[in-house]
Amino acid sequence: MLIKMTKASDIKSSEITPKAVFDDRRRFLKTAALAGLGFAAGSIAPSSFANEGRRKKLIGIEPSKWTQKSVGEKLTDYESVTSYNNFYEFGTGKQDPLTYAKDFNPKPWSVVVDGEVENPGTYSYEDLVNPHTLEDRVYRFRCVEAWSMVVPWVGIGLADMFKRFGPKNDAKYVAFETLNDPDRMYGQRRRVLEWPYREGLRMDEAMNPLSFMAVGLYGEELPNQNGAPIRLVTPWKYGFKSIKSIVRISFTKTQPPTSWNMSGPREYGFYSNVNPEKSHPRWSQAKERRIGEFLKRPSLMYNGYGEEVASMYVGMDLNKFY
Amino acid sequence: MTQDKLIQRVLKPLVWMLCLAPLLGLAGLAYTDGMTANPIEFLNRYLGEWALKFLLSALMITPLKIVTGWAGFTRFRRLLGLFAFFYAVLHLLSYVGLDQFFNWKDIWTDLIKRTYITVGLGAFIILAVLAATSTKNTIKKLGGKNWNRLHKWVYVAGFGGCLHFFMMRKGVQAEPLFYAGFLALLLIYRWLYYLKKQRQRAGKTAPAAL
Ligand code: HEM
Repeated sequence: MLIKMTKASDIKSSEITPKAVFDDRRRFLKTAALAGLGFAAGSIAPSSFANEGRRKKLIGIEPSKWTQKSVGEKLTDYESVTSYNNFYEFGTGKQDPLTYAKDFNPKPWSVVVDGEVENPGTYSYEDLVNPHTLEDRVYRFRCVEAWSMVVPWVGIGLADMFKRFGPKNDAKYVAFETLNDPDRMYGQRRRVLEWPYREGLRMDEAMNPLSFMAVGLYGEELPNQNGAPIRLVTPWKYGFKSIKSIVRISFTKTQPPTSWNMSGPREYGFYSNVNPEKSHPRWSQAKERRIGEFLKRPSLMYNGYGEEVASMYVGMDLNKFY
Repeated sequence: MTQDKLIQRVLKPLVWMLCLAPLLGLAGLAYTDGMTANPIEFLNRYLGEWALKFLLSALMITPLKIVTGWAGFTRFRRLLGLFAFFYAVLHLLSYVGLDQFFNWKDIWTDLIKRTYITVGLGAFIILAVLAATSTKNTIKKLGGKNWNRLHKWVYVAGFGGCLHFFMMRKGVQAEPLFYAGFLALLLIYRWLYYLKKQRQRAGKTAPAAL
């Protein structure tokens, strides 16, 4: 995998950014503000293109079968994907990660692989990623807070990566951990959650073709606020399952503890599959607001990925195993 | 200038402007794209937070009066309380009109099923009753004592607002705790002051017994 530095101006013309949509929304907001409160048509510089200057294009990306066409929806614009984030390691506000992850330098990075596995060890980011061909995958992304996006990720099928580690037969689950470093992760100075952030999957979920290890989005390296340098993406589950900035992958015999489940077991289950019928104490999950749209839309069972994943949950009481 | 004139001509307009400043700030944020990629959520939260800020400001008046010894503070209490209600109304309108887009069925489900919203509704109803009974006429009609007793409910509204905020945020977040801590401080201060007064009163009326 090669990394080529590019000027920000190169990226603005990115073919897949539906810039018209983005401009429309901005124009709408501005007009509303202008009309409503009689602001003079001024020259306050908009704070767009937040990552200008430090964006790195990824090279040698292959297309996959999960394209924008197959999702059949517009991509969420780059600005929104990279400025509206839940990443409590960098603060609890939606724009905190953008602000406080600016100087987080993810490289060099390494990931500990341990537990029930043939090839345990500490893998550098390059060891993990370089042997693979990167793929483009456009997935819906559904947050438990009832908002959603469509994101063009770049990365590696999780099963492909795991095959190199060689999970043993005893490995029934896999546990992931985020970096725990309050010096570099400002939000970890408060115990919003018990750090480090932990997530987990059942082994068959991890090996499902949809499970994805992302290292980029919009054809570029992952911005810090999106979980640089490497994060999970499980599009049929609520967003918090897609753990960011991973430093540990442990193959286990038993179901591992997961952060949100530890914090609120009644609200967040281990599976946390998108399920519009199972309502949540805080948010009805029946509908969601796609970022950039005004009206809410009905949410889909398994976020629309039932064909790929429903068979894994046959016979399970989804009201109990939520 | 007499103190009365100072309040009427200078301080009142100033406080009014301060109370409206959050709306101007909102326009500025909208204009500079500062409302995040999810402006509806941002707006709703912004208004809710200001409702709570004004509510707690209104509750600060009496302690401020006691600490500084300046009775003029009480002249602003009603104004701050009404602005708390004003922002709570906007908060509710943004929820009904933007977030839920007048989907009454979903709104009803939220009100009865999501505990944090039920709590918010409780706080809102209290604020509405207090706002409605804040005219000179109703004060006269109710009589000072009854009116005072009724308006003690403002503490319940403050508590409800903080609880609503805390429950709405995921995990244990700093901001709601900060607001709740502030409310607790105000209440503790009132309580200590009340105890002191009682002791003084006891001291005055009971010396013969010693
Ligand atoms: C019927 C009455 C009310 C309803 C339906 C309501 C609804 C809501 C909703 C839906 C949210 C969450 C928005 C989100 O998920 O992003 C919220 C947040 C909030 N509300 Fe209310 N609310 C009500 C009354 C009040 C009152 C009376 C206050 C203050 C005194 C208040 C203060 C807040 C605060 C501080 C937040 C959190 C803001 C933040 O997270 O920054 N609400 N409310």
